Amino acid sequence: MALTKLNQLYRAVIVDHSKNPRRRGTLDNTTAQIDMKNPTCGDVIQIQLEIENDIIKDVRFDGSGCTISLASASMMTDAILGKTLEEALCLSEDFSGLVQGKDPENEDDLGDAVMLSGVAKFPARIKCATLPWKALEKALSDKDGTGFDSQLKHDD
Amino acid sequence: MTFQSEKWKKDFPILNQVVNDEPLVYLDNAATSQKPEVVLDALKTYYLTNNANVHRGVHTLAERATSQYENARETVRRFINARETAEVLFTRGTTTSLNWLAQSLEDTVIEPGDEIVISYMEHHSNIIPWQQLAKRKQAKLNYIELTEDGHLDMENARKQMTEKTKIVSLTHVSNVMGVVNPIRELADLAHSKNAVMVVDGAQAVPHMPVDVEALDADFYAFSGHKMLGPTGIGVLYGKRNWLERIEPIEFGGEMIDFVGLQDSTWKELPWKFEAGTPNISGAIGLAKAIDYLETIGMDAIMSHEQEVVKYLMPKLEKIEGLTIYGPKNLNDRTGVIAFNIEGIHPHDLATAMDMEGVAVRAGHHCTQPLMNYLSQPATARASFYLYNTFSDADKFVEALIATKEFFLNGLD
Ligand SMILES: Cc1ncc(COP(=O)(O)O)c(C=O)c1O
Repeated sequence: MALTKLNQLYRAVIVDHSKNPRRRGTLDNTTAQIDMKNPTCGDVIQIQLEIENDIIKDVRFDGSGCTISLASASMMTDAILGKTLEEALCLSEDFSGLVQGKDPENEDDLGDAVMLSGVAKFPARIKCATLPWKALEKALSDKDGTGFDSQLKHDD
Repeated sequence: MTFQSEKWKKDFPILNQVVNDEPLVYLDNAATSQKPEVVLDALKTYYLTNNANVHRGVHTLAERATSQYENARETVRRFINARETAEVLFTRGTTTSLNWLAQSLEDTVIEPGDEIVISYMEHHSNIIPWQQLAKRKQAKLNYIELTEDGHLDMENARKQMTEKTKIVSLTHVSNVMGVVNPIRELADLAHSKNAVMVVDGAQAVPHMPVDVEALDADFYAFSGHKMLGPTGIGVLYGKRNWLERIEPIEFGGEMIDFVGLQDSTWKELPWKFEAGTPNISGAIGLAKAIDYLETIGMDAIMSHEQEVVKYLMPKLEKIEGLTIYGPKNLNDRTGVIAFNIEGIHPHDLATAMDMEGVAVRAGHHCTQPLMNYLSQPATARASFYLYNTFSDADKFVEALIATKEFFLNGLD
C-alpha cells in the first residue's frame, strides 16, 4: 500500500512530539523572541528564549503547524535547552544538513530531532522541518539591545 | 461523459505516468493546467520552421512569424468575443496584466481620497497592485464582504461602491472556493458610479464560455498556462476607449511610431502596449490551446466539470470531519474544491495524497486575506479540468480516506 512509505516520514516519535509538544506556550522572562512564517502554507511559529550569560536557560514555542513543523519545534526545544548560543547555532546547521540527507556531526546532541532525517526523501517538506530552527537562528542573530525582533510582528 | 473525458485525457501525454509507484491523478489545475500534444507540436513546428522576430523583417520567416502571432490575437479576440483585435494585448499573464493596469490607471483615474473596491476572495495578484496604487495615491482600498457560503455579498457590494469609487476589480471565479461571481451585475453597479470595471478571469476563461462584451467588463485579464497553453503568455483585454485613455507601462522597440531625441510617439493599438520582442511562441501555443478547447466546446467542458463535482460531493460529504469551503449549490461553482479534514494539517494531507499519486495543493493559495476571513491558516485544494475522469474522482476519494486513516489511526 502506497502510504507505507509515509512511515519513513511520520515515525511514532515524530507523531508523539506533534501531538504532545514539549515546551509549547510562553515564557515569563523572555530575552529574545521571533515570529516566523512558513511562506508556502502561511503557518506562523513563535519562539521565545530566556538567555543568560550566553546560555539558553529556557525556551517556549507557540503557533499552528503541520505534524513536521510542530514535531521539529518540540524536538528543537529539547535539543537546545542548556546549550550555549554557539552550540545551538551549530546544532541548527547540523539539523539543516540532516534533513537534506547529510550525516550530522553531533548526532547525539540533536536528540529526537535526528528522527526527522526521513524528511530528506520528501523535499517539499524540508521547509516545514527547518522552520523552527530558522526562527531560532533569526531570534539569536536579531538580538540588538532589546533582543526582540519586531520586523515580522505585523504579519496578521 | 465518462467516455469523453477518458478520450480527452489521451491527448495529454504527461498524464500517462506513474509517480511514487502510483498512476498520476493530477488535481492541481487551478495552479496550472497540462498541455495537449497539439500545443506542444505547435511550439515545436514554430521553432523548427517559422521562428523569426515579428513586425521587423521583410524576409519570409519574419512574415510567417508575424502573421502567426497576429492570427493568434484574432483567435483570442474571437474566443472572448472582443469587438476588435486592437483590444487584445498579449502580456506575461494575469499578474502582469493587473500590474500594468494598476500603473496605467494611476494617473488617469485616481486622486487622493478616491476609493478602489476589491473583495475578500481575491488572489494576491488582484490585491497587491491596487494596494500599492492606493498607497502611492493616498486612495482607499475597500473589500466587499462574503456571505456565509462564500458568495460575494451583493448587499455589501452596493454599499462599498460609492461616488468616490474609481476602480472596481473583482475575480470572475475564486481560485479557492470555485464560486462564480455575477460579473455583469457588478459591472453595472460599478458603471452606475462611473467606476472602471476590471475582471480577473484567470480561473474563468479556462473553464467556461466568456464573452467580454456581454459582461460589459472594461478590462479583463487571464493567463495562458491555466487553459492548456504555455507559461509566460497571458492577455489583457481592454475596451478601445479605455485603452486609448491610458499610457503604456513599458517603452522600447515594437511599440513606437516615431522616435525623436526628446520625445517619441506610439504605434496604434494594440502595439503601443507591447514593448520589446513579445512571447511569439507563447501566443501561437495559446491560440492552439484555444483551438483545442473550442473543438471540444467550452459548454461541454463546463458541464463535464460540474458533473464530476456533482458525482464527487456526496462522497466527500460522507467523510467525517471534512469541511468544504464555498457554495453548497453546485451550480454556482466550478471544479475547484478547497477543504480541510479535522485534525490533519493540509500540508501533511498533501504529502500523503502525493504518495497515492494524487497531486493536490496545500497552503494559502495566494489568498491570505481570504484565509483570514475563513479563519483557516491554510486549506487543501483539489481542482478538476476536462481531462479529469470519474475514475480520478474515485481515486481522490480513496486516497483521502486512506490518508485520514493513516493520520488518525496509524497504519499498523
Ligand atoms: C484568480 C487568480 N488570479 C490571478 C492569478 C495569477 O495568475 P498568473 O500567476 O498566471 O499571473 C491566479 C493564478 O494563480 C488566479 O488563480
